[in-house]
Amino acid sequence: MNDDCRDTIAFLDDYVDGTCADAEREVFERHLARCPYCRDYLKSYRETISLSRGVATAGDEQTLAEPPRELVDAIVDAIASARRGGDKG
Amino acid sequence: MDDSSEARLLAALRAGSADAARGFVRDNIGRMHAVARRIVGSDADAHDVVQDAFLRAFQSLDSFRGASRLSTWLHRIVVNEALMRLRARKRHGLTESIDHLLPRFYEDGHRIAPMPSWSESAEVLLQKREVRAQVTRCIDTLPAHFRTILVLRDIEGLSTKEVAEALDISEGAVKTKLHRARQALRCLLEKELSA
Repeated sequence: MNDDCRDTIAFLDDYVDGTCADAEREVFERHLARCPYCRDYLKSYRETISLSRGVATAGDEQTLAEPPRELVDAIVDAIASARRGGDKG
Repeated sequence: MDDSSEARLLAALRAGSADAARGFVRDNIGRMHAVARRIVGSDADAHDVVQDAFLRAFQSLDSFRGASRLSTWLHRIVVNEALMRLRARKRHGLTESIDHLLPRFYEDGHRIAPMPSWSESAEVLLQKREVRAQVTRCIDTLPAHFRTILVLRDIEGLSTKEVAEALDISEGAVKTKLHRARQALRCLLEKELSA
């Protein structure tokens, strides 16, 4: 790994996931200490992961907050039908 | 739902109560549809996925051992159903590139024209409904094979190994694509959030 922006960003996922080797982490952190652009990039990379996770848990992206009655009916009917089939067998 | 309520619900579902089944479907369909939609990418396919997943869940109720919450168990079934649907598709979008969304570098390894990122933290941004909609739109913009890996790893919480097995690719390919997908999403968010 070289002490430049290209390699720093290439290893970013390992660094964020805590899976990079000690030697790589040392080079990574040395570069970060003197490169404001990569520090900024690291921060926004982490925020990107948090934003992805956040939208999934926020709740309002439940696309069927009011589930269509037909879909619920279709599922319940399919379950009942499968059960009847199972009972016969 | 506390443990005793969950136990009562499970007993009613196993006993074949139609009311319990309807309530269980109604209570979970919104979140499960959102999970399916993130993976398969369309409302119509997500409808089919949740329908098949609920059916499979009810057929497997006897094998549910209670090691997790019912909703967690259902979530895993929905993810599996969605993945089966993806695998059945042709490898759609595999050639679609996201190179234009990745950082560019000079020959000496320094970045070309780095832009300042958004200043607010994810925690603050996520309080705004409009931002949450922007993030969802940006995720939807990613080509299917990148979006799927990002959704499975960063949102649905599958391990690299699980994603590799589900998509029949190497763990190295999962890691590479995930990193590229995160970078592309970061670029899309940068444009959206600074607009």
